[in-house]
Parts: sequence; C-alpha cells; structure tokens
Amino acid sequence: METSQEYKIDCQHISKTFVQKGTQRVHVLEDISVNVKNNEFLVILGPGQSGKSTLLRIIAGLETPSEGNVYLDGKEVSGPGADRGLVFQSYMLFPWKTVLGNVELGPKLRGISKNERREVAQHYIDLVGLKGFENHYPHQLSGGMKQRVGIARAYSNNPELMLLDEPFGQLDAQTRYFMEKETARIWETEKRTVLFVTNNIEEAIFLGDRILSLQGKLPGRMHAMYEVHLPRPREHTEMKFLELRQKITDASELTL
Amino acid sequence: MAYETVKVDTPLVLRILPVASVVAFFGIWQGVVDFGIVPNTMLASPTQVAVLFWEKLFVADPDGAVLSVHAWVSIQEAFTGFFLSLLVGIPLGLMMGWFNVAEGLARPIFELIRPIPPVAWIPLTIFWFGIGIPGKVFIIWLSGIVPCVINSYVGVRMTSPTLIQMARTYGATDWEIFKKICIPSALPMVFGAMTISQAYCWTTLVGAEYLAADQGLGYLITMGRRLASPPMVVLGMICVGLTGVAIGIVIERLEKKLLAGIRR
Repeated sequence: METSQEYKIDCQHISKTFVQKGTQRVHVLEDISVNVKNNEFLVILGPGQSGKSTLLRIIAGLETPSEGNVYLDGKEVSGPGADRGLVFQSYMLFPWKTVLGNVELGPKLRGISKNERREVAQHYIDLVGLKGFENHYPHQLSGGMKQRVGIARAYSNNPELMLLDEPFGQLDAQTRYFMEKETARIWETEKRTVLFVTNNIEEAIFLGDRILSLQGKLPGRMHAMYEVHLPRPREHTEMKFLELRQKITDASELTL
Repeated sequence: MAYETVKVDTPLVLRILPVASVVAFFGIWQGVVDFGIVPNTMLASPTQVAVLFWEKLFVADPDGAVLSVHAWVSIQEAFTGFFLSLLVGIPLGLMMGWFNVAEGLARPIFELIRPIPPVAWIPLTIFWFGIGIPGKVFIIWLSGIVPCVINSYVGVRMTSPTLIQMARTYGATDWEIFKKICIPSALPMVFGAMTISQAYCWTTLVGAEYLAADQGLGYLITMGRRLASPPMVVLGMICVGLTGVAIGIVIERLEKKLLAGIRR
C-alpha cells in the first residue's frame, strides 16, 4: 500500500477484533483512517468503550491491527519501540525507583552514559515542574505529580511521537485543569507529535490542533474530525471555545 | 507533610489477655501433673522441664551432648539446608516465571517431586549419605526449596503487564525486563518464600533427626522416648519451638530492613 512521507503517522483502514477466552469475538475498531502531521497535537475523543485506547495501543505497537496498517514516517509499525513515548492513565511508575530513576529509565535502557542521561532526566524533571523532587519515591507524590513523572519519563527518551492514554483520568477536576495547562505549555516548549486520548470534550478542545471523534459503543468508528482554530494559550470561557464545545456535544452522544 | 503521629493506647484488658493466657496455660499444665490427673510417666510438669533444662546446660549424659551442642547441630543443619534451598529455588522459580523454556523443562519434574513428603526421602538418604549432617541437609533442602520455587514463580507471574509493556515501548529486551522489572516486582513474594521456607526447614529438621541422627534437638526428643523420660521429650520440643521462634524473628527483622526501599 502507498503511504505518504509527509505524515508522521498514517493509519489506513484499521480494524481490530479481539478473541476472548478462545471463543468470544469482540469487534473493537472498524475502518479507522487517520493521519497526523509532524508536531501536530491530535486528540482522539470518545466515550468509554469506543476503542480509543485500543487505537492508541495499535499505534504504540502493543497490539496488531486485525486489518489495515499503521505507518510511522512511512514505515510500517510492527512492534513497540523507543521512538514512541507512552503515558498511561495509571501512571505505571516503578515503585522501587525514585523520580530521577524513573525518568532516566529510557536513556538507561538505550545505553546512554550516566552523566548524559542524568542531564537529560534533570532537564525534563525541571520542564514538568518537579525540581527538588528528584529523590522522592512515587508513593510520596500526589496523583498530578506522578503523572508529571510519567510525562517526563516519556519525554526523556526523546521520542518523535508522544502517546497519552487518558493521562489525567484519575485526577480531580482542579488538578486535571492545571495539568491540561501544563501539557499545553510543555508541548509548546518542546514540540512533538502528540496523540492524546480522552473522553473529555473540554480537554480535547483545550489541547488539540485537531480532534478525531469516535462514535460510542463498539465497534468504534470515525465520527467526525474537528479543526480547532483557536489561538494558544486557550481559555475555556472564550466564545469560540464554547461554540465548538456546543457543536461537538450536539454532534456526539457524549455528555459533559 | 500535614500528618502527625498520634499514639493510640491499647485498652488494658487487651494488653493483659496474652499474659493471662500464657500464665493460665502453664498453671493448668503444672496442676494437671502435680495433682496426678495425668500420670508423671506420660507428661512432665513445667518445673521438671525447667530443672532438666538447667542440668542439660552443663551435663552431657545420658544422651551424649549438652543442650547447646544439640541446638547448634540443629541450627547448622537447618541453615545449611535453608540457604541451599534459597540458592537453588529462588533463581529457578524466577526463571520459570519469565522464560517459557525454563518452565517447560523444570515444571513437570518439580510437580512430580513436590507431593513427596521430604521425610519419605529419609531411607534413600541414609543409603546415600549415612546418618551424618549431609543427609539431613539434603532432606531439609528438599522441603525448603518448594516454597522458594513456587513463590518466586508466582512473584514474577504477578508482575504488572502494563509495566512490562511500558518497558517494551522503551526498547527493553526480554532479559532487561526480567532483571529490572520482574525480579524487583517479585521481591516481596521472594521474601515471603524465605519466611515459609525457613519454617518448613525447621519443621523437617526434627523429622530428619528423629530417624537418623546422633546429635541435635530432634535426637534429644528421640532419646527422651528411648529413656522413657517425659521431661527430656518436652524439653526437646520446647527448645525446637523457642529456637524456631527466635529464627523467625531474626528473618522478619531482616526482611523489614531489606524491603524498606520497596514501599508500595
């Protein structure tokens, strides 16, 4: 199949069916085609059970699509790799490692020298605003701080693509709002191609250049693609913000 | 942090209960023997045991060794067997948990040998090693290795799949994931294995010595039976119990120290 080099990510007709317990078939994704430009912030928006996490996991290489192909820089994705940094909803920090130990994990696994990886790790710890917490263990941190570590850890491996799977789903509303602002700031400081999965319309509008909305209930299908032409930093109370929110809400089965 | 330590006192009754229970236990035991409810030929009283304990600290006869020698022989045997079972069992269990080849090779043999009680090996062991220390160490090793293998195996199997996937997205190899994720994740289970294994080793020791020994706490019990001396039997039992408790406490302390860095 042909693919264009101009896209960072190019998904062509992705479908996914899981076979559970050897007999039960679950159809999760149906014919998803989407592409992401370099340094673009794409939000995948959908309610629970819309297959959005599965789509992200397929792009991460943790699942293989039943049909269709995923291309990263024109090359077919065949497994997980260090060129894609993942941030999980459940943080997934190593409880026996400090903040610094968690953040420098990627460079360490790639065999980067100690001094160099310390420098890289420190840079991203500072960027996410955790300076002074380098030697804390995850259980000593709040939820928001843990996810900052998760983000710094993904960044420190210098991935070309950041994949975030409902990263703020476990946070309270205020912390979540604050982390969204931080995410926008971090992304503008160090541009990367970002795929961000969420079920929250406001979060999607606040962060995304474009929003791919999936239709609820399995199998997940493409519902609509929205372009967000709002200047950054964005404000939740801007008229255009609210208009777009209304438009998406009306068009989808999502409720806020 | 906004936390402060507050001391909550245990109610007096709850603090007295354990003491009262122990006092009552020994009191009833003493009474039962002293008033002839159970004949002295069947059970020794606590005071008789205490007197014998004092004697056996210095007198080797009639069973051939003073108490400290018996205890030391037993401890040596139990710990040699225990350490050897850790040395073999933990790496084996960890490997079985992560590497399918290791599981395929070792699992069937392990499952075949596991249900055989370690004391069933005693006759063969006597053929192979005689009644010296190596034979008993072998039997103790057999009983200690089982929980080591099982717990280490389960510990690795319980590693969070997401943590493993996360490491894969960072480009970690199978061996790196085993070393850096599975083993640390399994550590609490491995320490659990040490506690269980130590208890198994100590229990098996008495069985092993009961049948094939010339020194040791289990041997003291056997000699008590042969000499028809209830105090000696009970003394042996109590020494086994107390030494076991002491070893357990040491292991628990060690575990707490070593696990301090792995708080969840």
